[in-house]
Amino acid sequence: MIQVENLRKAFGKVRAVDGVSFTARDGEITGLLGPNGAGKTTTLRMLYTLMRPDAGRVLVDGIDAAADPLAVRRRLGVLPDARGLYKRLSARENIDYFAALQGVPGAEGARRREALIEVLEMRDFADRRAEGYSQGQRVKTAIARALVHDPRNVLLDEPTNGLDVMATRRMREFMRALRAEGRCVLFSSHIMQEVAQLCDRIVVIARGRVVAEESPEALRRQTGESNLEDAFVKIIGSGEGLAA
Amino acid sequence: MNVPLVVLLKEVRESLRDRRTLINALITGPLIAPLMFVMILNVVISRQLGQAEGPLELPVIGASYAPNLLEALRQQGFAPQPPVADPIAAVRARDAVAVLRIPADFGKSWEQGDPAQVELYYDASRRDEQQPVNRLKQMLERYSRLNGAMRLVARGLSPALSTPVVVAERDQSTPRSRAGALFSILPYFFVLTVFIGGMYLAIDLTAGERERQSLEPLFVNPVARWRILLGKIGAICIFSVMSLLICVTAFTVAGRLIPTEKLGMDLSLGPLFALEVLVLMLPLVLLLAALQTLVAAFSRSYREAQTYLGILMLVPALPSVLLSVLPVKTVPWMYAVPLLGQQVGITELIMGGAVTMAEVATCLLCGFAVAALTLAVTASVYGSERLAISA
Repeated sequence: MIQVENLRKAFGKVRAVDGVSFTARDGEITGLLGPNGAGKTTTLRMLYTLMRPDAGRVLVDGIDAAADPLAVRRRLGVLPDARGLYKRLSARENIDYFAALQGVPGAEGARRREALIEVLEMRDFADRRAEGYSQGQRVKTAIARALVHDPRNVLLDEPTNGLDVMATRRMREFMRALRAEGRCVLFSSHIMQEVAQLCDRIVVIARGRVVAEESPEALRRQTGESNLEDAFVKIIGSGEGLAA
Repeated sequence: MNVPLVVLLKEVRESLRDRRTLINALITGPLIAPLMFVMILNVVISRQLGQAEGPLELPVIGASYAPNLLEALRQQGFAPQPPVADPIAAVRARDAVAVLRIPADFGKSWEQGDPAQVELYYDASRRDEQQPVNRLKQMLERYSRLNGAMRLVARGLSPALSTPVVVAERDQSTPRSRAGALFSILPYFFVLTVFIGGMYLAIDLTAGERERQSLEPLFVNPVARWRILLGKIGAICIFSVMSLLICVTAFTVAGRLIPTEKLGMDLSLGPLFALEVLVLMLPLVLLLAALQTLVAAFSRSYREAQTYLGILMLVPALPSVLLSVLPVKTVPWMYAVPLLGQQVGITELIMGGAVTMAEVATCLLCGFAVAALTLAVTASVYGSERLAISA
């Protein structure tokens, strides 16, 4: 479970995140929806302790991220906005490197790696060097290495960014599978359809603030719009920076 | 498994698959210097030998005015060449190193007992060409002294009367120290090799990794950043030490190819020398790895890091250049200054002097202290929020 309380972060005079609070529960998919530049990536970066918040608190499974960032990172599987691979290593070697850094014992790591390669359908390219990977293959490898330590909480920053239709569908299935395993899945997106389809709970962010935190049905009810798209536009104030 | 070791092994493995890093660390970096060195030395040495022993060939104008003088010069190894039209232009255009001109009234002055003048055109600013000029001057002086003495004898006087003071030269240079003067640039080559050997790795492991957007995922792992840094520094050190090993080995081999014995020089570039150089260089290996990583962490891109490090590469040349321009006496504190310590230590070794244990200890202790300090600064930059953010 991830609890975020009144998170703030400013870069110079720009208040990128300005009092964000929400909760992402185990066994649920929580979507962070907002236009480009709304503060989604910055919020996630504070969750996985890459950035230190100016104010506010992050609790992952009850552990304060400011007090014990290493313990928090151990409980998180993260697909960051930056998802570069080591081009001269194969997918297997990329995954093994992160398994070793996560402190996963060798045999356990190999078992997890092979399971992920199976689930993510990576067999065909797993031993090839990452140099010539397609966008989809790169994302799969990045996800596999992020989950090799079997984390309870999964953070995905725009996971379907740059994927084709089939790959996007598979990514969504994969996220549902993670939910079915009882994990807490938190992902960001600026694509309304995706969020509407997948999420048990939607956190709408605009200009660094949470403007709504509801289930899709509640959002529809609250805005009086039967169409979720219209509901989003109404909440955010404009449809700019969003994708259908 | 131990985190720095995990990082180190992965970085070494990945770098071994990169041809550019390999070529730079294992071929270009360590071998260019010895190669250049052997080539330059061979040219310099054979040229000096040629100038000192071969027939001295210079144009002479008006040779017919002083046949006796010319004959005396020929006997001393002078081979007069056909005259040139304009001696000044010939020297300026470097067509001739020097030109000897004998005026038409040479014979007349000689017979009257007046000092007979000959003119020698040359350019004193060309230091490498002074040897033939000096040889000719000596030949002329010898001829002048001989004839002066004969004139005194003819008048019943002792020739010794005309030389009230004689200088007896006692050159204290040894074959080894003469070699050292030529080899004082060598320590810089070793520093440069360590620098180049680690440079591409240092850029790639920090600036390159950030540019390729893999630094952020790396830092998401539950590992303190300084431990990742240690692994990366270790990988850089492994490559620069490999470079240095190859370079030192190449020099011990190259030392045999240089015809130093022809110059009456003596070099000790044996295995012991190689070992001592390695030990003295160790603190620099760590210091440079930390410094290069620091620069790479500050740069926004791979190219920017390359530019900065290109400039930084010139810094180690300072002690070498300074010491070759202002050859000062080696004093103990010099061993405490990184770069300078290696410079004086290695120069001392080449010249056959001994470096004491205390001097080695000073060099290592101070070198490692400065390296540790640099490492601490680099670690604090590595801990900064800004570092991981690629975009």
